[in-house]
Amino acid sequence: MKDRLFRTTLFLSSCLIILLTASIVYGLITQSLDAFTHFGFFRFISSSAWDSRSEEYGAFPFIAGTVLTAVLSLLFCIPFSFSVSLFNGEYFRNRKVSTFVGSIVDLLAGVPSIVFGLWGFYTLRPVLVNMGVNEQGFGVLLASLVLGIMIIPYASSLSAEFIAMVPNELKEGAYSLGATRLEVIRQISLPVAGSGIFASYVLAFGRALGETMAVTMLIGNTNNVPRNLADTGNTMASIIANQFGESGGLKLSSLMAIGLLLFLITATINFIAKYIMKIVNQ
Amino acid sequence: MKKRSIFSSSRYRLAKSRIFFYGVCTFSFITLAPLFLILWELLKKGYPQFHPGLFLRVAPTSMEAMLARISGDALPGGILNGLTGTLLILLVAILLAIPAGIWVGIYLAEKQSQPQARLVRSLSDLLQGIPSIVTGVIVYIWVVKPMSGYSALAGSVSLAIMMLPMVIRSTEESLKMLPVSLKEAGLSLGGSYTSVMLRILLPSAFSGVFTGSLLAVSRVMGETAPLLVTALGAATVSWDITHPSSSVSLLIWEFYNDPNLAPLVWSSSLLLLLIILGINLFAKSIAGKWKIQ
Repeated sequence: MKDRLFRTTLFLSSCLIILLTASIVYGLITQSLDAFTHFGFFRFISSSAWDSRSEEYGAFPFIAGTVLTAVLSLLFCIPFSFSVSLFNGEYFRNRKVSTFVGSIVDLLAGVPSIVFGLWGFYTLRPVLVNMGVNEQGFGVLLASLVLGIMIIPYASSLSAEFIAMVPNELKEGAYSLGATRLEVIRQISLPVAGSGIFASYVLAFGRALGETMAVTMLIGNTNNVPRNLADTGNTMASIIANQFGESGGLKLSSLMAIGLLLFLITATINFIAKYIMKIVNQ
Repeated sequence: MKKRSIFSSSRYRLAKSRIFFYGVCTFSFITLAPLFLILWELLKKGYPQFHPGLFLRVAPTSMEAMLARISGDALPGGILNGLTGTLLILLVAILLAIPAGIWVGIYLAEKQSQPQARLVRSLSDLLQGIPSIVTGVIVYIWVVKPMSGYSALAGSVSLAIMMLPMVIRSTEESLKMLPVSLKEAGLSLGGSYTSVMLRILLPSAFSGVFTGSLLAVSRVMGETAPLLVTALGAATVSWDITHPSSSVSLLIWEFYNDPNLAPLVWSSSLLLLLIILGINLFAKSIAGKWKIQ
């Protein structure tokens, strides 16, 4: 009797997750329906208008800003996270120094987004201004630099695990044939761990797409499509954070629609990463 | 005899390999820099403002701060309302997320490859990937609107949604690591399924669950975006979960946006970061100490 009750509560708790996800999707869709029916789905995602006086809203500048900052931040993070993953997974696997490096990099993941934003604003922004990137320092470049630092831990710790999983026999075989360390990495470790590494970068990309506070503080918050790296812009997450409190009606619905789009994009990206990892693990 | 190019000489190959190794080391150590740079910056600017008043008084209004600045006084007030708000929101979030997360984790560990378990596992991964601001928007739809007002409870719900997948994952993983013989021994001694699960397996997996939950708490502690659209912020200390509430992270956002209050931004960020890093390090150290052999 007690056991049956216990099993039932276990089952019900799992239904809770399904219900939660369903209500998330349902809530976002119903709330954004207004915007989609008013503008039409394709017009909404391709229009660059964002004007509360004429009630004209489009998501294109924000989609462009989100993708641009995320791609750039990924480019910035690759040399560093890749080095860290080789350092921890290949060169110094299971050594004290790799535990040290690994835990410092993991701590970076614990730093709140808003603290990264402050640091970017007060420390990195003056550097960019001095370099003459633009007058205020705000913009896509600043936001992507900080984002790049923020996603390093997500990319590096997973790919280090995949690199460490490469069988020793393969590497020893290559060494015995006279390969150097670099040749073993390039011709054995990377091809074997390749898809796993790719998946961890896809996950990091997903993180970069959804980051809110740091980007909001650094990107400049202008509702235009960024023309170059020094240009200001807005991302999907930052427009919601910026304008949610003061909006209602069609504008609120448009923000919900942007939230739904962001949700769909990150969910797809995460699904792709998880799918690749599932194949790798088999 | 064929002439061998310089590029295939072993000396060249070894040199290339060594240069690559030094490159990897250099970049790895550069990666360590941001954490220390951030800590240094916060310590340098935030330490001078560390005084007991920070913990005892609520945040000043913009007006008070401006008057103090004009007369050359130190900024009045502290972040008491933020500290109590963070405490309240986190406590309720923990009550919501951890029991539910542990329960789902047990379910997933038990029903490893059943269709529904697989679905729940994927959905939990999906939940983990939701951007924090979207979580906030969802809670706005489901909690703030029906309650017709911002509240600490809404903030807790949004943080609980973010914690849930992490608690589920760590519970499932640490239960799976236990040897099957443990469960078999318990059952063969006549223990009921419930008591074996709750009194043998769950306590054995305690360290993993505890560490995972601590990390989840530290991860959501500094969240600002979801609270911005759910808990909103408050100027006074409030222990009522149906009222809007402030949090340390919301106060940082407020200080950042108000030039008059800007000096307070450093001490509050420093405090928040130190607490979060402290929890992180604590969780890692017990994870190492309590590891089941």
